[in-house]
Amino acid sequence: MSELTDRPSDDPYRRGTGEVVISARDLRIWYGTERGPVRAVDGVSFDLRAGETLGLVGESGCGKSTLGRGLLGLLPDGSKMDGTLQYRGEDILAMPARRRHDLRGTDLAMIFQEPLTRLNPLMRISEHFEEALNTHAPNLGRDQRRSRSLAILRTIGIPPTRYRSYPHEFSGGMRQRLMIALALVLEPAFVVADEPTTALDVLVEAQIIGILHDLRREIDTALLLITHNLGIVAEACNRVAVMYAGEIVELGEAAQVFRAPQHPYTRELLRSTISLSTTGLNFIPGAPPDLAAPPSGCRFHPRCPTAMRICPTRTPRMLPTTAGSLAACWLHQGGDELPAGAREPLERQEISVAEEA
Amino acid sequence: MASASGSLPRYILQRVLLIIPIVWILLSLVFLLLRVAPGDPVTASVGGRLAPEALAERRAALGLDRPLWQQYLEYIGNVARLDFGKTISDNIPVTQVVRDNGGATLTLALAALLVALVVGVPLGVLAGRYRDSARDVVIRIFGIITYAAPVFFVGLLAQLLFAVKLGWFPTSDIATPVTKFQVPPRTHILLLDAVLDGNTTAVRDVLLHLVLPAITLGLLLCGVFIRLVRVNMLQTLKGDYVEAARARGLPERRVLVAYAFRNALVPFVTVLGLQVALLLSGAVLTESTFNWPGLGLKLVDYIEARDYAAVQGIITLFAVTVVVISLLVDVVNALIDPRIRY
Repeated sequence: MSELTDRPSDDPYRRGTGEVVISARDLRIWYGTERGPVRAVDGVSFDLRAGETLGLVGESGCGKSTLGRGLLGLLPDGSKMDGTLQYRGEDILAMPARRRHDLRGTDLAMIFQEPLTRLNPLMRISEHFEEALNTHAPNLGRDQRRSRSLAILRTIGIPPTRYRSYPHEFSGGMRQRLMIALALVLEPAFVVADEPTTALDVLVEAQIIGILHDLRREIDTALLLITHNLGIVAEACNRVAVMYAGEIVELGEAAQVFRAPQHPYTRELLRSTISLSTTGLNFIPGAPPDLAAPPSGCRFHPRCPTAMRICPTRTPRMLPTTAGSLAACWLHQGGDELPAGAREPLERQEISVAEEA
Repeated sequence: MASASGSLPRYILQRVLLIIPIVWILLSLVFLLLRVAPGDPVTASVGGRLAPEALAERRAALGLDRPLWQQYLEYIGNVARLDFGKTISDNIPVTQVVRDNGGATLTLALAALLVALVVGVPLGVLAGRYRDSARDVVIRIFGIITYAAPVFFVGLLAQLLFAVKLGWFPTSDIATPVTKFQVPPRTHILLLDAVLDGNTTAVRDVLLHLVLPAITLGLLLCGVFIRLVRVNMLQTLKGDYVEAARARGLPERRVLVAYAFRNALVPFVTVLGLQVALLLSGAVLTESTFNWPGLGLKLVDYIEARDYAAVQGIITLFAVTVVVISLLVDVVNALIDPRIRY
């Protein structure tokens, strides 16, 4: 456990007001593979408060989805999770499997990408809702279950006449709205939305984001919105965490991070976004590293345009920057303690290696 | 879209109409195959003992000297009027052969199917759920062995061990002569007749005779079922809806039954219909091994006698059974899976 949690007053992750719903400190998840353990999530820390939306962005394969599944305990066999993860002050990783299972659905929920395949094709929509409510709110009567389901369907714009339909009778956007309704009918305190709009067109995307926004406000849910679409983060998130190669490299208010990105990776990611005014494509040279054998020091240094001599040798910590966000980058830390010449630009022979990879 | 379930009757009607061309093709194949096989009813019964002229005379009497297409048209025409004729070798109506022996085959087939379902499906679910565990490996090996082992070999071993050595079950036949004599034939299904008669000793006797053949034939199917259910469970357990169900905190049992297993049933039931053919061919071998007085045993006799009429009649019945059961399977599948109902 890190020293940060022992002295909460110094904890840079614990800022703001409102009930802390999810608190992760130094969370690590790794998969066992034939080539050895792959650290998909490596030392991730953040807090998430009620009614807040945290955007989690990063390239494909950086560990976003693994982190999201890990928070709910939905990791596949052969993976391990370590560190501290608290739900409303209760240690999730230490609790019995039974209790952890019971949290799912009622307290922790998840919305997935590819909504087309997430509903049981053999069950009516009504059966999905009845089943979820039966499992988690057995005291409700038949009529109560029905009216509660219909109420949430109404808020997401599905007419009650479709309640007894089968999943294949709905479009992709409607099915994603159904999945959201199905997750939120139990009013969970924490929801992971894993790229909920990736498979959908832009208009439906805006609709889904709007629905998530409204529902979150209504039932005060804490939302972790995993996406690679920075536009969605700017639109829908209070705060944003930028993930690279299994680590969070920058964490702060969304507006702040977009205005003044502190980590070179965040800056490059923002430069790569495409808008109507884009004239040329910007991209980050190289590819994300192999997580079975990540680069030494700062993991971004082989691709970083501002890499310094210190970067491959020592790992930077997440520390507050002058802009207000937290960032793990030697550009903003170390001060005079660094040895002479540490801030000289890195001469890179590795770049070519990284590009080949 | 909302009236999707209303199209089920139309779907069934379509499938029923499809039976006609399927059966016609099957009948033609059976007709041709029998003519292609060497020998004919006359040479099989009296060949070598009569002069060639006498043989030709007998062939002419049976109409076997006419051109093939004439024989074919007459045969199809008769079948269309549901007239299957009389057997050539012992001159009894084919329908009577089917009536007298069909019950025994039906009893054996259903009992074997029951054994295969009761043993094979749970083992398949278990193997799929605990993939690559010791349990899975043992079950898979069991499945391969039961599928690969020849029915007559398994049957002989079972007879040796359980009938001869241990004396738990009778070696062969469907019942003791006393039972066969006592039970009045009403449905021509001995087990059912014994039940209707209220004769508990007879019921017990038939059931005891049924155990070994049913297990022998059931194990053959069981190996297929294990593999089918296992593979489909592996597929559905990986399914997105299974993960989503777990994320909703549904009990693992519910996820396993209502999500993984129920969805695995759709492809399983489809193939189940095709396995009826395996069941019937296995029944022929099982009946020979256990001297079970069913259609399979009769079929072997009639094939040796090159009795065209009898073989055509019995195989037609088998073929229609397979087709009708695959139709039933399709209907069951449409009931399970709403997506098929279009």
